[in-house]
Amino acid sequence: SSELFTLTYGALVTQLCKDYENDEDVNKQLDKMGYNIGVRLVEDFLARSNVGRCHDFRETADVIAKVAFKMYLGITPSITNWSPAGDEFSLILENNPLVDFVELPDNHSSLIYSNLLCGVLRGALEMVQMAVDVKFVQDTLKGDGATEIRMKFIRRIEDNLPVGEE
Amino acid sequence: MTVHNLYIFDRNGICLHYSEWNRKKQAGISKEEEFKLMYGMLFSIRSFVSKMSPVDMKDGFLSFQTSKYKLHYYETPTGLKVVMNTDLGVGNIRDVLHQIYSYLYVDYVVKNPLCNLNETIQSELFRNKLDTFVRGLPFFSARAG
Repeated sequence: SSELFTLTYGALVTQLCKDYENDEDVNKQLDKMGYNIGVRLVEDFLARSNVGRCHDFRETADVIAKVAFKMYLGITPSITNWSPAGDEFSLILENNPLVDFVELPDNHSSLIYSNLLCGVLRGALEMVQMAVDVKFVQDTLKGDGATEIRMKFIRRIEDNLPVGEE
Repeated sequence: MTVHNLYIFDRNGICLHYSEWNRKKQAGISKEEEFKLMYGMLFSIRSFVSKMSPVDMKDGFLSFQTSKYKLHYYETPTGLKVVMNTDLGVGNIRDVLHQIYSYLYVDYVVKNPLCNLNETIQSELFRNKLDTFVRGLPFFSARAG
């Protein structure tokens, strides 16, 4: 079961809230940790799924929602709200396993509880050469009707020849 | 059949790992220079192959061979490159190179938090597992060459 992860994550957030005075710093730390996890997780994902390179952002969205979220969290978020240019979409999480037992107290109104996920997504995509902006725009923990992660494609990271090479 | 040697490069061209089994002729330059030369050539071949291909490709560059040896190339979407030189008798070994990535690199390097990515792999465990894996390949033979 994934309860071990859920509870461990809860303990981590609790500890960070004790260690840092304000929630912004906690958000930042969660994002940073997520990033560090993401850059490694992507290798595990590619090795296990044998998914190839994506050719557009729509394909990327499908892989994230239907393969990656399924593999690691056992859920399949829905993909909505495509921007006309096709460079932005939203992931709607019906049930976010990170928050199974959580109730946000009033004094943590700016805490983005599951912000680790944003870092994971950003880090993993950066390793496949996509710079992407990831953020929560809705959260059931904050009374919203759904949990929504907004993904915005920024640019393709070009690989370059190392310095001193001809 | 035989396996000559193996290179693993990261996306920035750093040689993460080099192993050698049956290599009778050395390059006559330092290993650092050899890695740079190898990576530079691979980089050029990738770009050459993608520009010259008359149709859209899925996998891109896979291998080349000379009169004496065959170079097999596998690249992951994250830019990790596994390069193995064998003799000419060895066929398509894409799955073998993928296994080196998924069972050895991912399990013993990526999942080891003390292994820094983007630098030469120091892990003894990884080296040993890789050596055992390659020696166990059906086309590995120390005699031939």
